[in-house]
Amino acid sequence: MTALLEAKALRKSYRGRVVLDDLDLTVAEHDVVCLIGASGSGKSTLLRCLNLLETIDDGVITFDGREISDPLVDPRTVRREIGMVFQAYNLFPHLSVLDNCTLAQVRVHGVPAGEAADRARQLLARFGLADKADAHPDALSGGQQQRVALVRAMCTRPRLLLLDEITAALDPELVGEVLEIVRAEAEAGTTLVLATHEMSFAREVATRVCFLDGGRVLEQGPPEQLFGHPVEERTRAFLARVRS
Amino acid sequence: MTQSEMTSPQVTWEPSERELERQAVRRRLRLQQSAIATVVTAAVAIGLVLLVLSSPGWDRVRDYFLSWSHARDSFAAIAEGFWINIRIFLVAEPCVLILGALVAIARQTTSPWLAPLRLLATGYTDLFRGVPSILVVVICGIGIPALGLSGVTSSLFWLTTFALVLCYGAYVAEVFRAGILAIHPTQVASAEALALTHAQTMRFVVLPQAVRRVVPPLMNDLVSLQKDTALISAVGVFEALRAAQDYQGYNFNGTPLLVAAAYFLIVAVPLTRLTDWLMRRQIEKEQGR
Repeated sequence: MTALLEAKALRKSYRGRVVLDDLDLTVAEHDVVCLIGASGSGKSTLLRCLNLLETIDDGVITFDGREISDPLVDPRTVRREIGMVFQAYNLFPHLSVLDNCTLAQVRVHGVPAGEAADRARQLLARFGLADKADAHPDALSGGQQQRVALVRAMCTRPRLLLLDEITAALDPELVGEVLEIVRAEAEAGTTLVLATHEMSFAREVATRVCFLDGGRVLEQGPPEQLFGHPVEERTRAFLARVRS
Repeated sequence: MTQSEMTSPQVTWEPSERELERQAVRRRLRLQQSAIATVVTAAVAIGLVLLVLSSPGWDRVRDYFLSWSHARDSFAAIAEGFWINIRIFLVAEPCVLILGALVAIARQTTSPWLAPLRLLATGYTDLFRGVPSILVVVICGIGIPALGLSGVTSSLFWLTTFALVLCYGAYVAEVFRAGILAIHPTQVASAEALALTHAQTMRFVVLPQAVRRVVPPLMNDLVSLQKDTALISAVGVFEALRAAQDYQGYNFNGTPLLVAAAYFLIVAVPLTRLTDWLMRRQIEKEQGR
């Protein structure tokens, strides 16, 4: 099993505050890696570093066998293949839902407009958003907006999807629906790295769970092991806190 | 224990060899980029200078516009005129900002009692944005004293300043209003959810954000106002442009016009640089970078 994405000895600090410290993470193809940990443990920062939205202070990130933390690498060539969904949706409010979903397909990937729209509509329909294609994001509910953001990221068929707290704003009954699609995406060959506060979500969808603490992956393993028999004291304390 | 574990790596961290390599590459890239920027800028500048110098009429233009002795002789008279421009600008600028903000706020009120105010504000912006500034200056400068009202100043300085404030207040009001409208409705919603009144929402939440967004276009209008103080020459005030034209008429040499232009530039350029710097600092502060 070759690693699709590998981060080694990652370090990132903001004004002397160390957020990621000597962090290692390996993601194999078809992996669904869940990052858990307290707020401020570096989950979001890690995701942002992985698609080069942040410049790391030290360490090496390899994607598909190529070092992407090299300053000579054009970040756009990396981001073409990595999709990202943000905590706050970050949809473009001046574009309709459909245009949000076709923008990168047409402008970055050179997909003909008609084809891009077809793909977008197909995915929107799968997410139960077929009738929202022509609406503007601000006219949608939070849950709907996040589903649009997922569709926008998936439209370009990324090889790796980074999801940053995507279920945080969803209605409980929609979480299952999104989970199903996320799982279907994983089975279709998309590799996922997702930061989440929802332990049931992590337990259900993850192939591996990583507990981040103090800027490192303190403990990782299959969900049954990490949730069932955590080794580290801190992991236990965190799990006890979020379960209560 | 937690504290020491969190901070100790920070002290001991030494960049890895790979990171040092990367830093070297980044330095090289930056150097390359600044070299390209310098060469391109120099080439364009030299090209433009050569184009002007090699034009067939260059000698005549030089004699007419770039005479050192005429520049020296007209310098003091234009300086004296420019002092009037500066004074008008200094008085008009705060008035324009206050008037513009008040008109913009008036247009955003919702109370039914203030309907006439809204109508007045809308009518005012429509009228004064539509009329050329020079007409307003002439009408105020000549028309108001001609009315012969007692108690109204006949000082051209104040009348023309009033005219410029009227014109620019209308522009600036629209700039402010655009800024207010650009603030996302969720900001208003969250302020109202805290039980702030409409006025408090405006004052403490919307306006501070709106003003920040409109600083660049606002500067645009203020620099433009600073230049348009030259319009008062239309009613005979002896400001910088008028002084330059006067000299030009007597001596058949256009150099004073360039001298006047230089005066205006000396004020405008540092002003825009200063706002750029303030904006950058603000952004850095807000985004914590």
